[in-house]
Amino acid sequence: PAGGSSAAAAAAAAAAGTGGLLLPLSETEQQRYSELFSRCCPPPEAAAGGSSVGELFRASQLPPDTLHQITEVCGAKRVGYFGPAQFYIALKLIAAAQSGFPVRIESIKNELPLPRFMALKNDTEVRYGTPAELHGVKFQVPHATLEKNSYKRTDEGDKQEPKSPPMSPICSPPASPSTYQRIPPSYGYGKARSGLEQQHGVPYEVRHSTHQQDGPSSGNYGAKSSLTCSTPKRSLSVEREQQDSSTHYSDDPWRITEEQRDYYINQFRSLQPDLNAFISGSVAKNFFTKSKLPIPELSHIWELSDVDCDGALTLPEFCAAFHLVVARKNGYQLPETLPETLLPEYLQAASLKPVRDCALFDSYSEPLPGNQQTRNFSQTEKSSAEEIPDNSALLQDGKKDDKQALKVSTTLKTIPKEFQHLTVKTAAQESNALKARPRSRSYSSTSIEDAMKKGEEPPTPPPRPQKSHSRASSLDLNKIFQQNTQAVRSGWLPPPPPALPPRPSVSQTEQPSEVDLHPQMNRPPSQAEENSSAKKEVVLAQPPSKPARRKLRTEAQGLETPELSPTINVTSSQPAAKAHLPVQKQSSKQKRAIQTAIRKNKEANAVLARLNSELQQQLKEVHKERIALETQLEQLRPVTVL
Amino acid sequence: LLVSVICSPPQNYPLYIRSVPTENELKFHYTVHTSLDVVDEKISAMGKALVDQRELYLGLLYPTEDYKVYGYVTNSKVKFVMVVDSSNTALRDNEIRSMFRKLHNSYTDIMCNPFYNPGDRIHSRAFDNMVNSMMMQVC
Repeated sequence: PAGGSSAAAAAAAAAAGTGGLLLPLSETEQQRYSELFSRCCPPPEAAAGGSSVGELFRASQLPPDTLHQITEVCGAKRVGYFGPAQFYIALKLIAAAQSGFPVRIESIKNELPLPRFMALKNDTEVRYGTPAELHGVKFQVPHATLEKNSYKRTDEGDKQEPKSPPMSPICSPPASPSTYQRIPPSYGYGKARSGLEQQHGVPYEVRHSTHQQDGPSSGNYGAKSSLTCSTPKRSLSVEREQQDSSTHYSDDPWRITEEQRDYYINQFRSLQPDLNAFISGSVAKNFFTKSKLPIPELSHIWELSDVDCDGALTLPEFCAAFHLVVARKNGYQLPETLPETLLPEYLQAASLKPVRDCALFDSYSEPLPGNQQTRNFSQTEKSSAEEIPDNSALLQDGKKDDKQALKVSTTLKTIPKEFQHLTVKTAAQESNALKARPRSRSYSSTSIEDAMKKGEEPPTPPPRPQKSHSRASSLDLNKIFQQNTQAVRSGWLPPPPPALPPRPSVSQTEQPSEVDLHPQMNRPPSQAEENSSAKKEVVLAQPPSKPARRKLRTEAQGLETPELSPTINVTSSQPAAKAHLPVQKQSSKQKRAIQTAIRKNKEANAVLARLNSELQQQLKEVHKERIALETQLEQLRPVTVL
Repeated sequence: LLVSVICSPPQNYPLYIRSVPTENELKFHYTVHTSLDVVDEKISAMGKALVDQRELYLGLLYPTEDYKVYGYVTNSKVKFVMVVDSSNTALRDNEIRSMFRKLHNSYTDIMCNPFYNPGDRIHSRAFDNMVNSMMMQVC
């Protein structure tokens, strides 16, 4: 019988597949089925996701083995996915089963009432008490969708076992055993938003009329969760969604929750401290390239999010772009046009008006019983925190009731977590790079500008390059001059630590040019230097060393300074190198590196300042000696002349 | 019948070709390629004086097939070429100009995208949509 039924199913499937539908489907049936199918599977895909179908089947309240049988009979098991034909046959079989007919292909040839998917609805209602009125008010839902919701639930119940292979093409291959867990994208995003071009519309609009359907909402959650969770989490959230019907909004993958928004805003700040300013194209490009999406996709994301096409991202544009990146990384296809929830105006309005939107976002959070409006992220966070340990448990089977709350919250929480996972996964370096590099870049860009303005005063403490040590005579002068300028510069503290890393490179590139100028300038203004060095001496208030010591020191210094500067150079380049390296490491390492760099630079500063003062002392004394010798010479000369 | 092509300097390889509705793409490619020479000629003729941004010519009328080929050059020597069927007499000069202007605006929007490297082929969906809508208008 199984073979026969499967053969019959195959035949029927083939017939149905051609679109001719040898199965007699009435108008209403056809309409209903196509609605359900599109809900389970977004238009571009040809096959319904296993999880959403499972949800739907389970909502039909049929016993699991019946659903199992149905799946077999309709041919989905055989072909491995729920194509339209299989889906329609399955729905017909469900109707048959609900009317008491055996699950056979023959039974569906009769006229049957529409399959009813009611079971879960009631259950979920009781459990979660999520009032559909909330959503009913917000969305108009055709009544048909109610049944669809129930369909979904039954699907889920059914799908648990049989449907392992089918999944929405959108989702990455689910590792989770429960098929319904794979539903999310397709489930959540089935034709709900006809008006929008999103692939993942809000099913809620379609699904909820007034109710209590937790199924659709759970489906929505599934969608949402898929957005935010990695695959295991996704499955969990799917379960939740199945149960939770009240939250339309959570279904929409293109809505940004408060948590997400905050996260995006923080990321924006890391790139550009002023929230009202732009992020330039190159900065944003580097930032988003770190997400390791292929360039064409990033290009498309940019196209979608840069609404005013100015090559820069404002905060809402940035949030939209970031959200799209997150969505893409979670397996969602990018829409053709920007969803309206991601439009800058919308996002700005949303940020300004939390009242209504919070309710929307709250819907994202898990719907607790009787708590519609007051759902807030604290709940979700709590539940998400709980959910994470439960993930593994949830993965195993379709426990809905308890986990729904958890799932819902998880979906929300998982967004930033997901991104954290993302960053951690893709490499801690990346996350650091994300935070540090953009920051350093912006700083470096500003520091470069400052440097340009200040001209000869590049913003770096690091020691001079070795060029200055080519000639011994010019060495000291160079060093003195440089120390002068450096002392001036050392008074000008560099900006906060994150800016440090690029500095050395900047300064070092600038130093050569500076140093080149100096050798020529050094000779003529030696007098000026002396004066300035004298002044410096006073300013620095270093105790003058004794002549003998100084003389020794001059030689030593002559040797030292070349070594010192190279070492300082090395150390500065090392901090620079180190500063660059930590960018790719953990942020703590980066901090440590920056701190060591700071320490080293300070030490270098101190050493050079001391050197400076000593050399100036030296110069002074040498000058005195010269004067003394000249006077002696003068005195002696008349004698010789005479 | 409408074909639009964007060619970039200096080698004048096409960044974007879209034709509606026939599938004689190869013929259009050839047409466009030959017209590029005429465009270059016109550019050099303008010479040192400021390059007129918009250049419009009805030069290439093949004896056998009637096509009108219009050209447009931006200040950065990016050439836009449009091939229109002569049977489309309804198309007037102004319309062609406005189409070129739209193309140019869309092209600058693409340039604003930091992920786009000048010289790459253009895969932007927004651009495609714009070109499609423009072509649908004509045909």
